[in-house]
Amino acid sequence: MTFSEWLDFFMPYVPGFLHAAWLVFIITLLVIVVSWICGLLVALGKTSSFAVIRQAAAFYIWFVRGTPALIQIFIVYFGLPQLGLGLSPFVAGVLALGVNGGAYVAEIIRSGLSAIPKGQVESSLALGMSRHETLRRIVLPQVVRIILPAITNEAISTLKNTSLLSTITVVELTLYAQTIIATTFRPFEFYAATAVIYLVMTTMLSQVAAMLERHNARYV
Amino acid sequence: MAPVDASLPPLLRIRELRKSFGAHEVLKGISLDVHAGEVVSIIGASGSGKSTFLRCINVMEMPEAGFLDFEDFSFDFRAGARSRPTQAQLRAMRARIGMVFQSYNLWPHMTVLENVIEAPMRVNGIARADAVRTAEALLDRIGLKDKRGAYPSRLSGGQQQRVAIVRALAMQPRLMLFDEVTSALDPELVGEVLALMAALALEGMTMLVVTHEIGFAREVSTRTVFFDNGHITEDGPPREVLRRPKSERLQQFLKRVLHEHVAGEGVEGERP
Repeated sequence: MTFSEWLDFFMPYVPGFLHAAWLVFIITLLVIVVSWICGLLVALGKTSSFAVIRQAAAFYIWFVRGTPALIQIFIVYFGLPQLGLGLSPFVAGVLALGVNGGAYVAEIIRSGLSAIPKGQVESSLALGMSRHETLRRIVLPQVVRIILPAITNEAISTLKNTSLLSTITVVELTLYAQTIIATTFRPFEFYAATAVIYLVMTTMLSQVAAMLERHNARYV
Repeated sequence: MAPVDASLPPLLRIRELRKSFGAHEVLKGISLDVHAGEVVSIIGASGSGKSTFLRCINVMEMPEAGFLDFEDFSFDFRAGARSRPTQAQLRAMRARIGMVFQSYNLWPHMTVLENVIEAPMRVNGIARADAVRTAEALLDRIGLKDKRGAYPSRLSGGQQQRVAIVRALAMQPRLMLFDEVTSALDPELVGEVLALMAALALEGMTMLVVTHEIGFAREVSTRTVFFDNGHITEDGPPREVLRRPKSERLQQFLKRVLHEHVAGEGVEGERP
């Protein structure tokens, strides 16, 4: 096959790939939102004064980090309908990956908070600032800087994990590639193209993070 | 130095203050009156309770028992007492008591100027332009006005500590607490911080200074108290307390501290 023949063969699939990539992007964004909500709740839960809430948060982290994401996706998509909660593949996928990411985000937030020296809080309280002002003005801006690299890694894992949703019929990038390969019998080209698209997206993510990190590094 | 008028009621009155950490009782019933304009040096071995005492005054540590009167605040720290401090009262009182720490504790994500104007704006509700004007005047005074846009990490330890003092002064406190503020500094940077504190003392600022700098205690403070094992065992004019210590414990303590200084730097007595 000459290059132009190859191009002619490949071109019709480009819009489909772009559309699937766009879907990956959307799913990643939604999963990040869900995982941040879960992560914040669980991080707060771990510092709760109620033992029951602390234990629930610890159990969540233990369960999510100790089981494969794929099994968690299957439990939500195939398992929950048995309990009367049927979800569309898209919703089930976002929910499962979001709950999964939440455990990691919770740990990242916790480590960021514990990295702030006690004196930072004390000097703020000693000036008469409230606990809320201290958290918002003094603690959180420093936490964000500390956890940015870990949060970037987490976003990149999330993006790659969206490929797991191919197993529950979400036509994202991976499943789209599989359906084309099923009719063209050209796994090498199409999986390679798929990999390149993932690579472009994850590289863009790390570029954005590197930019933010440089901006935040101005006071180090 | 402003003369101390002992006929006026004290600015700070503390009675029978007690504080424990677990089973270990750190403060065993401390009483102390501080009048406006007094500069009280608090000396004592580490673990004698002097830092904890300072931190109880602005209630960074909550005492288990005792009474505290400061301006219009009057607290009874006993469990169940009706006049235990509320969070709002604590914030209002802390806004009038400046505290400077051993480790400076400037906020690294804010510039020098932002560090100084933050609390006046948030706590006292000062307009930004006014807060900036006050902050720049204070920074100018310590010779760091040109550093107002710099982040703390670009400053030397002595500069950071002086900015921390200015940050507290920007709140226009009635009382300043200094908790071993030169202990973390390189020896050659100690002098500039002590000089600023001496200048404040001369202006009549009421100060409680936990310190190992015996030279500062002798030359600058109007009064020296010695903490030993959770009690104040000596209290008086620095020349008397330091020259003619009554207890053997203080004699030993002074011998040890002065020896360390002479051996370490050979400049004791020249400060500030």
